[in-house]
Amino acid sequence: MEMPKPEPTELSRPFWDALREGHLVFQRCACGHAFLPARRLCPACLQPSVRWERASGDGRLVSWVVYHTAYHPAFESRLPYNVALVELDEGPRLLTNMVDPHERLRGDARVALKVEWEGEMALARFQLAAPSR
Amino acid sequence: MSLSGRYVIAGIGHTAFGKLPGSDTVSLNVEACRNALADAGIGKSLVDAVFVKVPTSAHQFMYGQKVAEALGVTPKIGGAWDQGGAANIMLLSFAIMAIEAGQCDVALVCYADNPRTGNRAVYGRPRGEDAAYGWFSTAAGYAMIQRRHMIEYGTKPEAFAAVAMASRNHGADNPDAQLRAPLDVERYMKSPWIVDPLRRDDCALVSDGGAALVVMSAQRARELGVAQPVPVLGFGHGQTSFELPQRATLTSTEAVTAGQAAFAMAGLKPKDVDVAQLYDCFTITVLMTLEDYGFCRKGEAGAFVAGGAIEIGGRLPVNTSGGLLSETGMPGLQLVMEGVRQMRGTARLQVPGAKVCLVSNQGGTMHTHSTLLLGN
Repeated sequence: MEMPKPEPTELSRPFWDALREGHLVFQRCACGHAFLPARRLCPACLQPSVRWERASGDGRLVSWVVYHTAYHPAFESRLPYNVALVELDEGPRLLTNMVDPHERLRGDARVALKVEWEGEMALARFQLAAPSR
Repeated sequence: MSLSGRYVIAGIGHTAFGKLPGSDTVSLNVEACRNALADAGIGKSLVDAVFVKVPTSAHQFMYGQKVAEALGVTPKIGGAWDQGGAANIMLLSFAIMAIEAGQCDVALVCYADNPRTGNRAVYGRPRGEDAAYGWFSTAAGYAMIQRRHMIEYGTKPEAFAAVAMASRNHGADNPDAQLRAPLDVERYMKSPWIVDPLRRDDCALVSDGGAALVVMSAQRARELGVAQPVPVLGFGHGQTSFELPQRATLTSTEAVTAGQAAFAMAGLKPKDVDVAQLYDCFTITVLMTLEDYGFCRKGEAGAFVAGGAIEIGGRLPVNTSGGLLSETGMPGLQLVMEGVRQMRGTARLQVPGAKVCLVSNQGGTMHTHSTLLLGN
């Protein structure tokens, strides 16, 4: 069963294209505001002075859930799987998966980007950062 | 001049709750409105406003006009509103504001849906481009919020159990309730995971059914000889971002803003509330609503609800007819109706001498919040 695929729009295509190159990008406005998802006008100042910027890939685990129900047949074989909310050090927050076992997840844990491929699709997943960092 | 006390809920009505095979939402709305008008003791010819919440499971074009047509009413003002479960109290307050502005005289506020026998896909929907990560369903959004509350405040499973037990144990006494199965902590802990940390007993029912309110000024209710009008003392609203990651915090809700506005309008404080009907789509919602209204400090709802404090006989009985976890999963109007019954003194589990009832409605994944204070 095929996984649901994002359907990039004119606005979001640079985000998905960058992942295919192994990079996580977000938008930053001339006013300083950093954000995701992509918008034509900055949600802080409403001006179009928006550029793409590469994220460090480092962040913090805000919260996570573990699915014991599959709402789409492609996820039935993956149960139980997690979806996590991560805050990048640059500010933007995004939904993702943690590649670590759920039992090891802790609130506010440091995390690092781990781009993974699902078929033709590159996804921005995260892993717990090494304790030394 | 304050609106407080100058408008009333003149009548309430509902259909059967649960599984209603062959039902359609327009007919359910009409049945509920007919029953509400009968409860108010007035004819439909007086109705000149129809405010409808869109059926969650089946959005339709110009739905408000479809319902008015089926009621045989040509309203001056009204329509369908999409704000999730908060739409009910919002529409009630819009009706009051429209009457106050001279735009109408007698309003119907109604909602019906049939996701149980119809289509419940909306509750398991993919959430945008994040579906690639497996991000589906309404439940998962609440689970994400609940986990963060547990991280920040150490909230224990017993706190969530206490909320589920209040609704379920009150609903067990309600012959109209869809799920009449009392709950204790042991049974709660055995309830299967849906989306961890959410168990099945944390989640609202999925239900068919409809409900309606008749709204008018207190003066009009006197002129018409309405038997049991219940005054609206205050209302307030708040809204936040569509996507969960866009919120600065997950552990506070728009109940803060909505509650402050409602208490200010009524000139009341949380300590004045005798009974509350709190939107229990998921148990975490009730805990955060109690904190955000100021019944306890942030992070202390677990202690507040312990020891049967929100069950009948406790310091603040909550969801005395069973709420969304037991009476019906219909999003919100059952809570307003039970608030009306408590203020009339006709509730099955009546709180003796109750003078103020607080009702909360909430929509989406804590996107929207509405607060209502009723008196007698």
